Amino acid sequence: MRAARHPWIVLRPRGLALSMRLDRRVPCVALALLLLTGALMVWSIGTGEYPIAPLDVLRTVLGLPTDNADYTFVVHALRLPRTLIAALVGMALAVSGAIMQGLTRNPLASPEITGVTAGAGFGAVTLIVLLPDSSIVTLPFAALAGALSVALLIYLFAWRHGDSPMRLILVGIGLASVLEALTSLMITFGEITQVQRALVWLTGSVYARSWSDVRAIAPWLAMLLPLAWLLARRLNALHLGEEVARGLGSHITLDRGLLLLTSIALAAAAVTVAGTIGFVGLMAPHIARRLVGPTHEGLLPVAALTGALIVVAADLVGRTLFAPVELPCGVVIAAVGAPFFAWVLYRGRA
Amino acid sequence: MTAGLLHTQRTHRRRRPWLWLGLPLAGGVLALALLASVAFGAAEIDAATVWRALTAFDGSTDHLIIRTLRVPRAIIGALVGAALSVAGAIMQGLTRNPLADPGVLGINTGAALAVVAAVFLFNIASLRAYALCAFAGAGLTALVVYGLGSFGRDGPTPLKLTIAGAAVTAFLSSITTGILLFNQRTLDEVRFWLAGSIAGRDLALLVQVLPYLAVGLSGAVLLGRQITTLALGDEVATGLGQRTAWIKAFAALLVVLLAGSAVAVAGPIGFVGLVIPHVVRFFVGMDYRWILPYAALSGAIFLVLADIAARLVLRPTELPVGVMTALIGGPFFVYLVRWRVRR
Repeated sequence: MRAARHPWIVLRPRGLALSMRLDRRVPCVALALLLLTGALMVWSIGTGEYPIAPLDVLRTVLGLPTDNADYTFVVHALRLPRTLIAALVGMALAVSGAIMQGLTRNPLASPEITGVTAGAGFGAVTLIVLLPDSSIVTLPFAALAGALSVALLIYLFAWRHGDSPMRLILVGIGLASVLEALTSLMITFGEITQVQRALVWLTGSVYARSWSDVRAIAPWLAMLLPLAWLLARRLNALHLGEEVARGLGSHITLDRGLLLLTSIALAAAAVTVAGTIGFVGLMAPHIARRLVGPTHEGLLPVAALTGALIVVAADLVGRTLFAPVELPCGVVIAAVGAPFFAWVLYRGRA
Repeated sequence: MTAGLLHTQRTHRRRRPWLWLGLPLAGGVLALALLASVAFGAAEIDAATVWRALTAFDGSTDHLIIRTLRVPRAIIGALVGAALSVAGAIMQGLTRNPLADPGVLGINTGAALAVVAAVFLFNIASLRAYALCAFAGAGLTALVVYGLGSFGRDGPTPLKLTIAGAAVTAFLSSITTGILLFNQRTLDEVRFWLAGSIAGRDLALLVQVLPYLAVGLSGAVLLGRQITTLALGDEVATGLGQRTAWIKAFAALLVVLLAGSAVAVAGPIGFVGLVIPHVVRFFVGMDYRWILPYAALSGAIFLVLADIAARLVLRPTELPVGVMTALIGGPFFVYLVRWRVRR
């Protein structure tokens, strides 16, 4: 429901060629999500074989002295990077999915349905299995290369007298299956230890992630998330359809290319550190749209926070549900995501 | 909106004699393919020995290889190929979805998950037990995907079915990977099966599923006329006095029988059911009385040849035939999307 009098907040910073129209609900919703995610992260950091009280978690994270000297190690070396990775990956996947849904004007589009995740997965598994000695630093590039080439192929194949959102999705499904065949080839013929490493990574997990992983993904997000937000207005135009966008004076091909590239790079960055976590890119934008409406200036940040919340929560559930056995968060999210998907399919007229 | 996805209705009739002639011809090609499959392999065995192994078995190593490894493999390949492509043809006719295939719609993944779960939970190790699990998993997944795809106002549209299949595949394969992570033993045991292969299957396994296959294949051929009518659309079929609900249910049962037993024997082999019916339709037109037998023969030929190719491409390493069919079928799927989906 839109309030009658001041439905929009308009941001127009002086000196910057930028203007933003935000739905009025955005700040409140964003703040609530931020607090919720933060609380969940604190809870998650405190939970484990070595429980730490929430207040102590906060003190340790902020660098304040606590009663127990071990806390610093447990929190800083083990649990904080893991939780941070979960949040960052959730953001990346959610924004990636939101952009794809906006571009294709299809509520079902998301990096895993369109094959982009499969491409990133194939790139990385190939590297793990074929070149087991290569350093972790090269993994993002392998994943990105995989994701980019798949996206390029999807675009090429789906292009016929202009592109069609439906063809994009279906071509993505087709290419994903080819890539899965190739990935399973790697899994069948790889050496079993490497294969297991690749599998852990394929399921989507934030287990044992360290600061080096945070350092691997953070620069990408620092670059791509603001870029996505700056492009939000063009995404709005494209979301209205090609004719409207052209009428509004958009450079359709350029804008779409830029947005697609952002979306792919975000998905690839996420896949690199956490493997192929499905359904976040599908769910988060839907929830965000329910919360703040369809304008992308507000939708993108809210979706990002929702995505972070989902992955952090899934990681927490996966760790505690069958403790001491850990479920990878990818499996937890899939278990929730599939029924959600059914619901979207049911509601949408796809 | 489905107009772009429907079959192109070819109204002109092909001449019948030509079609009758084609069947024995395809049978001959299949026989040649089977012979080639028996003749090729890691051990070099000349044609004369192959022939003697079949006609005058003497118990030598070469003869044993032929009899216990290669002949079963060729026969299993042919039957699995036939089952998959007939299942695909029925699915395409029934759902009027040119993209339908047991692999695309997630049925293979369902069967795979059932096997992996059974290996993990109950420590089963025999291929026979794999068969039963795969069968149950296939049937269940088919139900779920169809249910998911028919949500909403306009019922099971081709598009919704395909996307539902993709989502269910993503979901199930994520759970499969999750299980495989828990122990390396399960992983080592099933990873060869998971890629889809017809190597090292014994005839006893085939005998187990043979009744299902026989019912499935013969049932399909008998149902040809009804499927042709259904492929014209529900309204037309009802208008022609067909009891669509019953025929659909029966045809769906045939699909589960065929796809389930194929997956049980050979693991998840995708795309055979997608590619073959299209190729066959191109030659014999829209009449499923012709499509189904031709699909059976061509599917058998295709899988036997793909299996030979899988053995030859990276010699001496052998590729799983499922990878070969995906490498051929994936691009074909993309091609279909490109030319059939207009929206």
